[in-house]
Parts: sequence; C-alpha cells; structure tokens
Amino acid sequence: MASLRFDPEICLACESVDCIMKCQYIHMDLARAKEEHDRLTRGEMSSILKDCVTCYACEEYCPSGNHPFYHIVELQERLGIHPVPIPIEKSQVVMMGPRGKIREMELKSPLINMCFFDMMKGGIRGSLFEGATTFGGSDVFCNLMFLHFARNSTIKERLPRMIDNIMHCAVEPSGTREVICYHDECYGTYTSWARAFGVEVPFTPVHLFEFLKRRLMELRDGIRPLNVKVAYQRPCSNRLCPETDSLVDDIFALIGAERPKRTYEYGNALCCGGVPEAAQRFDLVDDIRARNVADMKAAGAQYCVFNCPFCFWTLAEPVAKAGIFPVMMSDLCLLALGE
Amino acid sequence: MMDSAYRDILHRCFRCGWCKFPLNYTDFNCPAYLKYRFESFSSGGRMWLIRAWQEGEITPSERLSQILFSCVTCRNCVEACAMPGIKDSLVDLFIEARADMVERGTIPPLVRDYFKAISVGGNPYRLPAQDRAKWSCGLGLERYQGQEYLFYVGDEGAFDELGQHMARSVALLLRRSGVSFGILGSDELTDGNDVHALGEKGLAEYLARQNIELMQELGVKKVITLSPHAFHAMRNRYPLHGSTAAVYHYTQILQPLVARLAPVLQGERVVTYHDPCYLGRWNGEYRAPRAILKSVKGLKSVEMDRSMQNALCCGGGGGNFFTDMLGTGPDLAARARVREALATGADTIAVACPQCYRMLADAVRDEGAQEKVRVCELTEIVAEAVPA
Amino acid sequence: MDRSAVIERLKAIVGGAYVSDAAEELYIYSRDQGVQDPHLPDWVAMPASTGEVASILELASREKIPVVPMGGGLVLSGLSVPLRGGIVLDMKRMNRILEVNEHSHYAVVEAGTSQGMLDAYLRKHHPGLKHSLPDAPPAATIAGNIAIHGSGHLSQSEGGFHSEMVTGLEVVLSTGEVVKLGSCSTVPAWFSRAPLPDLVGLFLGWNGTTGVITKVGIKLFPRPKFHDVLVYMTEDIDLAPMVLNRVIATSMAEDINYALAPKPDYLNGFQMTVINYTANSEDELIFKRKKLRSVLQDLYETRQSGFMPIPPHMKAGFLEAPQKALSKFADVRKGGGFEYVGAIMPIERIPDACRAGMEITERHAITYSLGARIIGRGSCAMFFFAYPFNRVDKGEVERVKEALEETNETALRLGGIPWKTEVQGQRLILERMDPATKGLMRRIRGVLDPQGIMNPGNWEVT
Repeated sequence: MASLRFDPEICLACESVDCIMKCQYIHMDLARAKEEHDRLTRGEMSSILKDCVTCYACEEYCPSGNHPFYHIVELQERLGIHPVPIPIEKSQVVMMGPRGKIREMELKSPLINMCFFDMMKGGIRGSLFEGATTFGGSDVFCNLMFLHFARNSTIKERLPRMIDNIMHCAVEPSGTREVICYHDECYGTYTSWARAFGVEVPFTPVHLFEFLKRRLMELRDGIRPLNVKVAYQRPCSNRLCPETDSLVDDIFALIGAERPKRTYEYGNALCCGGVPEAAQRFDLVDDIRARNVADMKAAGAQYCVFNCPFCFWTLAEPVAKAGIFPVMMSDLCLLALGE
Repeated sequence: MMDSAYRDILHRCFRCGWCKFPLNYTDFNCPAYLKYRFESFSSGGRMWLIRAWQEGEITPSERLSQILFSCVTCRNCVEACAMPGIKDSLVDLFIEARADMVERGTIPPLVRDYFKAISVGGNPYRLPAQDRAKWSCGLGLERYQGQEYLFYVGDEGAFDELGQHMARSVALLLRRSGVSFGILGSDELTDGNDVHALGEKGLAEYLARQNIELMQELGVKKVITLSPHAFHAMRNRYPLHGSTAAVYHYTQILQPLVARLAPVLQGERVVTYHDPCYLGRWNGEYRAPRAILKSVKGLKSVEMDRSMQNALCCGGGGGNFFTDMLGTGPDLAARARVREALATGADTIAVACPQCYRMLADAVRDEGAQEKVRVCELTEIVAEAVPA
Repeated sequence: MDRSAVIERLKAIVGGAYVSDAAEELYIYSRDQGVQDPHLPDWVAMPASTGEVASILELASREKIPVVPMGGGLVLSGLSVPLRGGIVLDMKRMNRILEVNEHSHYAVVEAGTSQGMLDAYLRKHHPGLKHSLPDAPPAATIAGNIAIHGSGHLSQSEGGFHSEMVTGLEVVLSTGEVVKLGSCSTVPAWFSRAPLPDLVGLFLGWNGTTGVITKVGIKLFPRPKFHDVLVYMTEDIDLAPMVLNRVIATSMAEDINYALAPKPDYLNGFQMTVINYTANSEDELIFKRKKLRSVLQDLYETRQSGFMPIPPHMKAGFLEAPQKALSKFADVRKGGGFEYVGAIMPIERIPDACRAGMEITERHAITYSLGARIIGRGSCAMFFFAYPFNRVDKGEVERVKEALEETNETALRLGGIPWKTEVQGQRLILERMDPATKGLMRRIRGVLDPQGIMNPGNWEVT
C-alpha cells in the first residue's frame, strides 16, 4: 500500500506555518497556529482536522513541499474525523467505485482522459480537439475527490488499478504516452499525489490548459480576440499543480481575454463552495460564494471561466445570476475561434 | 415473425401513457389515439397488442391491422416515452410489426392498394411516369448534369397540385439564391420512405437501390430534397444500401442564403411554423426553417403550444397521406393542428413538407377557416417578400 | 336484450366509432399494468357527455349489465378491470376544462380530464395557480385520482388527500339520474362542499360502486415562482419520524417524501427525505432553505446524517412534477411492470413498515422501493411498498402477487390501511372493519345500486 512521504522534521523546523497562516478559512495567530501545527506533526488531534475545508491550498502554501494537506487527510482518517456526513461519504464511495467494465479501446492521439466526467465529452469538439479521442468513467477515475472525505485509503486502494486500466485500455492501444487530463484533479493526482505516495505513473500526464495553449498557438490565425474580462474560478485541485496556473494567463493572451485583478485570485482563490456544502457548512458556503461572485463582479468580469465541471455545476447559477457568463475554458477558446 | 431484437422488448412497455402527450402535456399528441381514443390505439396499447399477437393471445384481424397501420410514425411517443430501455425503438418496432403483417398478407386494403400502385405504376397517384416532369414546365430548369446538387421533388412534388406549386417555388428560390442544381424530371423514382414506414421493406429496399443506382450513374454527390420524407430516407436509409451522397432538406440549403435576398414583407403577417415530423423529430432540424422565417422582415413569428419536439403531426406520416387510415372527422390531427394555429392568432401556417401542406390545407377547409388562416410553404412567403 | 342489440344501443348513444366489442379492445381493457388476473369486458364505450353516461347507465340498469368506469386506467390494482364483464366506460373523451375561478381558486373539469392537461392549461392561462399533481403519469385523470383518495405534491402542505380537495361533484347514479353535490347543487358555483350535508363522500373511495363521476370541482393553489429541493440522507431508519416531524414543523416544506431502495447501488442502505419548498422571491427561498436546514443541524453535526449535494442534472428530476423517474421504476427489472401496496398509516410506523417491506421482499426474492409521502402537515403518511417485476417472468409475477397479499396484511397489522387496494385487499379491510360501518356501507350500496351493476366485485360486504 502506498504511504505518504511526509517528513515531520521539516514541519517541526518550520517558522512561518504558512499552511495555516495563509489558509483562507482558518484564522488564528502564529502562536496558536504553531501549537496546532505541532499537534498535527505529532499525529495528534487538532482543531484543524475538524475545521479544514479540504480546499487543498496548503499543499501550495507549504514552502517545503512537505504535503501538509495529504498529512491532514491521513490524520483525519486515522482519527475518525468525517468532514462529510458518513452516509454521503459511503454513498460516494460506492457511486464512484470501479465497475470493471472497461475494455481495450480503439483510441488515438490526442488522447483525452475525461476522468469521471464522461458526460462532458460533448465539450471535446471543434478545431481545438480535431482528431481527439476520449476515455472516461469510473474505471479510470483518479478518485482524488476522496481527499475531501478523509479517505486517502480509497485512493490508495483504487489508484493503482485505475492507472493500470488507463495504461492497458487507453494508452497502449493509442500508441501515445501523453494523456491529456481534462480535469486537473487527474493531473494533480499523477503529478502530485502519486509522487507524494510513491505511486508510479507510467504515462505522461498533460494538463488540459497546456494542450489548449498548444492548439491555440497552432490555430492562432483563426483567433478573433474576445476583448472581454474573464474571471477564472481556480479549482482546489489546481493547488496540487500551481505551476499550471500561469497557463491561464498564456491562454488568455492568445484569445484576447483579460484576467482582471481580483482579491480572490491566484493563491487567494476561493473554493466554489461545493465541498463545504457536502460538509454541511452552509453559512460558510453562502459567505464564500457571495464574496467570490461579488469579487468577480467588482473586477468587471463578463465571463467566469472554469476548469472543473464540479465547480461549474456549483457556481454557474450564482455567477449567471450576477450577470456573468459561466463557461468552460475549452468553450471560451472555441468562442475565440468563432466556433 | 418479428425480429427478436424487437420481440424481446415488447413486454417492457408499462403502458403508462406518457406517449399520448407531448412533453408539456398540452393535449393528446398521438394522431391515432387522438382520432380513435381507445387505449388500443395509443402506442402503449399497440405495444401490448403486438405482444399479444406475437404470443398467440390474439389473432390477426382487420381491427388489429387498423390499429397497427394507423400509426403515423411521427415519433411523438419516442420523444415522450418514460422508458429509456425501449423508447428509441418504439416506432421502428411498429414498422417491424407491420412488416410481419405484410409478410403474412394481413394488411388493410388501402395499404395493399398503395403498394400495388407503386409496384405497378411507380407512384401512388397511378399517373404516368412522364407526368413527373410537369411541375417544372416553363421554369427552364436544367436536367441534372453534374451541377453541385440534385434537386429531388418526389411523388408529391411531381403529382400533388400543392406539392407541384411548392416544388416550383423552392426551385425558383434555389435558383435565385445562386444554388447550382439540376433535376431528374420524368426519370425520378419514388423515394420509398413511406413504403418502408408501412412495412414493405423489400419494396422500399428495391426503390432505394434503384435511386442509388441512378444517382451514382449520374455522379450525384449532393441531394436537396423537397420532402422531409425523402430527406429522411436518403439521409438515413440509403447509406445502408451503399449511398454516399450528402443529403439536405431544402430549408438547410436556403437558410444561410435567404437573408442575402433581404426579404421584406409589405404589411405585417403573423406566421406560425408547423414542424414536419421527418424533419424535426426524426432528424432534429428545427432551426433552419425558423431561421428562414426570422430573416423575413415584417413577419411576426409565433409558436403553437406544441412546437419543435412537441409538434403535433399533420397526420400524413407513415404512409397515411396515401392510405388515409385515420379517415375523417374533427379529431383528425390536421384539424386539431389548424385549431391550435388559429389560437395563436396567426394568419399563416408555414409548412416545409408537401404532405403537411396538403393535409393542413385540406384541414383549413374542413374547419371552415379559409377566411382566417392560410397555409403557405416557406419559400412562398420568402418569394412574396423579395423584391422582383 | 341480446348482445347485438346492446351494442347497437350503445352506438346510438355514443356514436359507432366509440363503442367496441373487438377482441383488441376487450384484451386491452381486460387488464391493467399490475398482477391482477384479467377479466374481459363485453363492451367498451367512450361517452362524450354526462347525458351519454346517463343513457348508458339507464340501459345498463334496465338490462342489469355491469358498468365499470375508467379514467387513466393506471390504478394497478385492477379497480377498472371488469370483474364480472359488462361495459367499461372509458371516460377520457370527457376531458374539457369547464371553469377556472381565479379568485376562489377552483377548477371544474370533466371526469376524463388528465392531470397533465389541467397542469398545462393552468400554466398557460392561469400561471399563478396550480393543482396538486399525483405521482402518477400525466395520463392519470383528475376524477380517477380523487375517487381513489389519491394524494400528490401539495398533499403535505395544502390540505391532505386529493379527495379532500374536492369542492363538488356531478355524478350519474346507476339509474341514470344526474346529481350535483356541493355548492353547485344550490348555487351556480363550485367553491365548497360546506355548509351542506356532505354527500360527496358517497362517491370517494367507493371504487365506482356508487355512481359514475362526470364532473369534478377541485381546489387550486398559488403557484410560487421559485422552487427548490433539499435531500436529507440518513442511514438509520428509526430516525425517520424525528426527521420528518422536524421538517413538517417548519411549515416551510411544500412536499415531503421519504424513500429507500436497493438500487442504484450507491443508495442501498440509505434513506432519503426529499423536501420540496417554494417561494415567491429568492429571499424567501433562501430563508426557507436556511430554516429547513437549521432544524436538522444537531443531527448533521453528528455526521450520522446530512443534506446531499445535488448536481443540477439530478435536481431537475427532483423538481419535476409529474416525475418520469417514477414510471421508469417499472423498468427496474427490464420487464415493464411494478405493483405496490399504498398504505395510509401513522408516521411513527414508517420505520416498521420499511423493515417489513424489506423482510417481505427478501423472503419472496423480489426487489423493492419503499417510502412515504407526508399528508396534511403530518396527520399521516401515504406509505408505498413498490415491487417491480418482469412481465415475462411468470415466477416473479407470482412472487410479487404473494408479496402483495402479505404486504396488505402487514400494513393492516402495523395500523395502516391499504389504499385503492385490489379485491383481496378490500376483503382484508372489511374483515377488520367495525360491523356497524360495514352494515351502513351495505345499506348505502343497496340504495345507490339496487341492481348491483356498479363495478361489482368491489367493496362487497357479505
């Protein structure tokens, strides 16, 4: 079974405790933060374990890359903390579980891994995705969402099988090694979680935005600059691969979109509210949604662009009610291509 | 005996009755049920009776034939059915059951006569083949000889008075829009769509192959059809027999071109568009005809309660245009449709199918509504709005 | 009068096209979607007016021919199957909406008017009003539903069973006499059954054994513009009465349903309380949502239960009325059938009913969906034991039949009463009924149906 590469010495030596001090949802002074941090490092119960919104952001905040969030999840599970009510957690484990129905597929490059979101493959269209083939569903699902449920064990149990399925049923038949991750939760799984837990990934994950950027550069002549302000709803999983955030700027530059200056952007990005809702933290949900949307509005955003379908489902309605057009990133690019 | 793929799902109909209605439940939307009202004439009733017949619980009869052949294949039931496991197969299953009746020779005389007219004379109107070209007389249309498109008008375009009128109007607008096309004139053959819908699969396949052979000889790569029925057959059934031609309904070709003619109506006109089943529900084309209307200035477009996938069929589909299995009376779909159109306040019912044209025009007369509303084909409306 | 004379007379009454004794119609009208045995009618007739119904009943009375009225034909328990032959009256040609009173909030419809058509009519012409839709498909009729004491999506918040929402009736008696009941009997309006002696009840719950309903006055209710749903998930059946009562007590839920089923597999072992709520403004909707959540806060903070996140595509299904998903249930066994015992019972018996349903289905090797709708702000629950079956699997059909009979007995043992139950279930009820009540029922039947022609076989007090 995979185990987390977490070095307590690094945490014990940490002075800044950025993992807590930068947290958007837990507020305490440095002394208290150090106290709680030490408890966590020693593997003891801490208020952090109950208050954590599971937004993944501390993975990004940690200056030493010591995986504070994965450690929190490990502790939550070991100490029996359930961020989400148990029936919902159990139900999700079954709902998202592998069905064992995957078979070798006839696929070719570019190869898009839709993750669990096979129902979104209608979005793989137009010149951007010309010639692309897709695969997806519960048998290739990265399962990383179980970080929100304090169930690293589920990921550990399922991920090797998923990787095996992807290799044998999709990657090998396609003749390519590159797997374009439609959802950056998959990209985060293969580039962050897998490394942190020592799980080998035998293919090359490519972030969707990297692929979109490449294609836009190839199709540059057909782009009509959008000349619009676009707010980006950065998903929690992007905290596992913060280096890809700059791809948003690159894409926006190519399609003539402006990423307006916002309070809740980049490292300060706010959660869409979907996970806290599952965690029954309804007041928090209302608060962060209101702040997030008001911030987009104040920044003059005309569009709100999403990477994560779950964020889209959660936030599209409040965004639209504020007069901002919700759109997936690939569709925004297609818009610039006049499609 | 019906194909087991269909036999094996007959029992999965719950007869819950969603199939009687459109998605918004406005009124009964199955023309056969609307007319006859017995449960046996609903799609669910038909499913149960086909099963009873196939299982030997009831024997074939004139009544059973009437029940099976009065389905107009409009696919309202497919749209409305609650059962994902069977809904897409419903109308195909009814056609399969008819095919079984055709094989057993237990079909209504009106249907038998229709097949006979086509087998013997090549068209359901029992008119000589050379008359097929009459619709184009005096228009100076070219024979097909390698133009971009073949314009196929079909039986109604060739022989029905309103169909001929429509064929002329469409041809003239195609020409005026700069579309390169030719016609077959008296060499046209029946497309076979309604033959297939009535269950004579052998004859339908023969007609398809004849048409494909003719088009391939002439090198036809693209076809524009007048009728949504021919559009459906050529687009969806002919490829099963080797056709590779691209097939378009005329509204799809004209839609991007009409706006360039800058059509403007003199005086206001309120138009409601009636979706033909073989263009709409069968092939998902709801947009092009509406876009044509939208491009006409001075035209106010209003929708009936049942439009697009909810549209009430004119009652002519599935061969009923020729076999008249629904008979007469105020509960005929076409008459109900005219009443629905009148309720919108429209002065014009726009059509894009020669069968709908005839069915609705006759229904306007039967409803005594000639003073209130008239039936016009789309290109006729455009032609009125385009400066000479 | 011989058969041919009867059919000629029927044709003279309703028109030749609307009478049939063809094998095909007799087959279809001899059975419903459930597991009860078929019984062939002799004729099927479709009247278009009260006058035609009266003429048919005069004929039937004179000739002692059984008459069985049928609405949508969706009852599943064989109540419109002619147990002793005779005439099935398919009422669906009588489907005119005669009046909608915007100010006094009622509609008057002919008996064959479907739920779907009334809903569509109100949405178009009176968008501020709605009626309580049952969970049946839109083809179910208003009259059929009130006649069986149906319930629906406003039964929780707006006054109980649909039979309680009836403001008046027009009924044809077995003799052919036409009677009006409620305010319409005295003044030309259908607003109320009070203050008159209430005769409406003589035709509700009687399964067509006392007369044929030809017109119905039915209450309408405001249709708020905003609508949303919460789904509370539990893993402990015994929590049901508490969860339900807390939600009821808010007075903010329009409809409250409780359900459990082994399929889909991710819901197996869990229960869902589905809370629909409506509002006239977004602020009001948010207020109600907060209030509804707050009453369960101490429960969800234990993490033993909680509100399910509902993605938009799932939410649309919960907000839909009538719900297609309920018809789809018939295909769970890929066999086009389901049966159920509805049992009206006290809310506190829901856990026991759930356990009993699971135990019965396990023993009979069938699957299930169990649950309840809250009625009348918590006066009782309409519990359902629903068993899907594959129509071609004769063994399964038999097992479902046995399970149904057992479920009827169980429902009674638990203190409930089977709803719109088939003849065997009616007998079980009558066995337990107060003798004086049964005696009164018999005397009423004797007065209203002296010839014994009205849906004979139903509610037979021996």
